Amino acid sequence: MQTDRATGYLSTLAGKVQFALGDEAIAYGALFAGCTFFGGYPITPASEVAETMARELPNVDGYYVQFEDEIGSIAAVIGASRAGAKSMTATSGPGFSLMQENIGYAIMTETPCVVVDVQRSGPSTGQATKPAQADVLQARWGTHGDHEMIAFAPNSVQECLDVMIECFNLSERYRHPVVLLADGEIGHLREKLVFPDPADLDLFPRGGFDAADEAGLVEPMRAYGEGNAVHITGSTHKENGMRDVVSQDVHERLITRCCAKIDKNRDNIIRVEERFMDDAETVVVSFGADSRPALGAVVRARNEGVKVGYFRPISIWPFCGERLTQIGKRVRKILVPEMNLGQLAREIERFVSVPVVRVSKIGGVAHSVEEVYQAIIENSRS
Amino acid sequence: MEHHLLKYLREEILPTTHCPGCGCGQVLNAFVNAIDTLRIDPRGIISVTGIGCSSWIPSPYFKGDTLHTTHGRAIAFATGVKVIRPDSNVVVIAGDGDLAGIGGNHLIHAARRNVGLTVYLVNNYIYGMTGGQVSPTTPFGVVTSTTPYTNAEYPLKIAELVAAAGANYVARWTTYHIRKLIASMEEALQTKGFAFIEIVSQCPVAYGRRVGLRDGVAFMEYFKENSVSVRKSKTMSEEELEGKIVVGRLARRERVEFTESLRKIIEEQRTGTGA
Amino acid sequence: MIIIDERYCKGCSICIHFCPGKALEVSKEVNSRGFYAPKVVDQAECTSCKQCELYCPDFAIFIVEDAESADG
Ligand SMILES: Cc1ncc(C[n+]2csc(CCOP(=O)(O)OP(=O)(O)O)c2C)c(N)n1
Ligand code: SF4
Ligand code: SF4
Repeated sequence: MQTDRATGYLSTLAGKVQFALGDEAIAYGALFAGCTFFGGYPITPASEVAETMARELPNVDGYYVQFEDEIGSIAAVIGASRAGAKSMTATSGPGFSLMQENIGYAIMTETPCVVVDVQRSGPSTGQATKPAQADVLQARWGTHGDHEMIAFAPNSVQECLDVMIECFNLSERYRHPVVLLADGEIGHLREKLVFPDPADLDLFPRGGFDAADEAGLVEPMRAYGEGNAVHITGSTHKENGMRDVVSQDVHERLITRCCAKIDKNRDNIIRVEERFMDDAETVVVSFGADSRPALGAVVRARNEGVKVGYFRPISIWPFCGERLTQIGKRVRKILVPEMNLGQLAREIERFVSVPVVRVSKIGGVAHSVEEVYQAIIENSRS
Repeated sequence: MEHHLLKYLREEILPTTHCPGCGCGQVLNAFVNAIDTLRIDPRGIISVTGIGCSSWIPSPYFKGDTLHTTHGRAIAFATGVKVIRPDSNVVVIAGDGDLAGIGGNHLIHAARRNVGLTVYLVNNYIYGMTGGQVSPTTPFGVVTSTTPYTNAEYPLKIAELVAAAGANYVARWTTYHIRKLIASMEEALQTKGFAFIEIVSQCPVAYGRRVGLRDGVAFMEYFKENSVSVRKSKTMSEEELEGKIVVGRLARRERVEFTESLRKIIEEQRTGTGA
Repeated sequence: MIIIDERYCKGCSICIHFCPGKALEVSKEVNSRGFYAPKVVDQAECTSCKQCELYCPDFAIFIVEDAESADG
């Protein structure tokens, strides 16, 4: 996939340390993952992803195109992916909403692509320049119809790069769109970033399906432009790709397989971080930007002898519900600091029977360590 | 004995789903004729379509790569394809509702970028697939299922708009002008840069019956009677042109094709000759 | 020689309309798919202009040169 020139260029970056923005790290993650097509439309706080890609893609024999809107961007990304390029776009809530129909198209046609949503405060233009974490459910259910979703939420600049590579790998492996659910806080955070050595990376190549899908639910993808007369449609289709929108069984078979390929591979996709869990009586579950003050608060409370644990979903979808069910059997309470009105908390409630306490904060500001610490103390008194 | 052009089609799924006398089939016929004359390998053609009866012209019938996308977005999908596969002939075929209505903005900007797509917009004056609702090209005063008291809007001159946006090739023909249409489709396929033909076509079922044109034959006669050449149109006043279909070539330019410019940027970065 | 492929004909009569001679007319009976297909009245009227072939929306009518068709 990557040309020699691209690998050569990325090798010159290996080991280099930069003081970089989360958005820039996202872009570099894509480049290291082998992305050669970016279609996008400017929006705060995601524009720096586009700007970095516009500058760097020509160095890896890749293409940047700014479209007339986000609908065109995601459409071109899917087209480029079908034509053989690992492809992506980056946006924020308003643009992410516009993309939803074609995200469904990517699901239905099993076309890999990565969509970055650097979340900002909404609905609508809301607080356009302020971060939020309120697209958790839009990422999961934004497009219509039955489907699964893969989404990851990084909480550091380094993780933006690392997780982006994983997003591309999963997207290629399962032939499914993958969402990087970043947030304005992380996207605009400047922190240390170490570039990997391309030689150390395990990249999932196009068509590399030999041992890929343990459940045998993903077929190799036939590219366009290679003389195969490939027919692709977003309508319900049979195994040979031909449309059949009337047979109940054809639709059921297609959709259950598309869902199963994610669901049955949950263990291969889900990633979480757990700390101080062994004897925890209360556990703080938090993701993305808000997990940073959450961890700070847990550490402070621990230092004072409070038996509190820290649990961070790195993958948001598929959801780590089974693991939380196990945890829910041992703890008394789960606290969920998040920059929305309880979107993650609501999902957790489906898996545990202990109380799930919403520690929500909206308005464009992440929790402070003190705020989460106070919530821990209040909820740890019996 | 079989039709010599069937080799370009997925024969096992013929006949097409289009209604009897529908212009969509004539456009498909003209398209494969153009390809046959130019001796283009169909496997090097990637057809990208939107949603609507007209989008069913190449997809799934044409035996090359076919990408049936979402309503209005074919040109954007096709742009992604063309950037990655610049050597393929990337052809977009869709309706007036699709390309001029919901997808109008993609059309304008693809023409402005001059991306190397061949776009055949099939203008049947109506939303055919959904059963005859008003479209951006429906004439003023026509009754449709969503303009039950007559259409209060004016139709868009879509070919002129695309010409103004900067496309390298723009023409308009009708299904009546079948030989001219085929020749024009060939010119479009050979154009580097954005090539666009508005093909005025008939939908006898969802449009014709509302305007007293009951079948394909009636439409053929109507197109014949009401077409004027580009040259002649220049001598006519706006009032005289009312209700006329101006046919012929509307633009031809030699601007550099978009993906070529993109590749030049890469080349300049590689050789250190860029900005 | 005019050949009509009944499998695909939808009976729109466009071919008949455009025949400059009098080679084609509408069948009196419907074909297997329920359409009134064209029928050749007189092959000798055909000048191989291919109007019918070019106008047909359904690849259901075409002209073959006589030398070919003799054993075709
Ligand atoms: C986003 C979206 N909106 C609406 C539709 C419903 N729809 C299907 S086809 C169509 C219009 C087709 O008209 P046109 O593009 O002119 O093509 P025609 O059928 O006339 O050839 C519409 C509105 C859709 N499929 N997707
Ligand atoms: S509804 Fe109109 S456009 Fe659609 S297939 Fe029938 S005649 Fe053609
Ligand atoms: S034009 Fe074609 S489909 Fe129509 S009647 Fe003639 S042969 Fe049949």
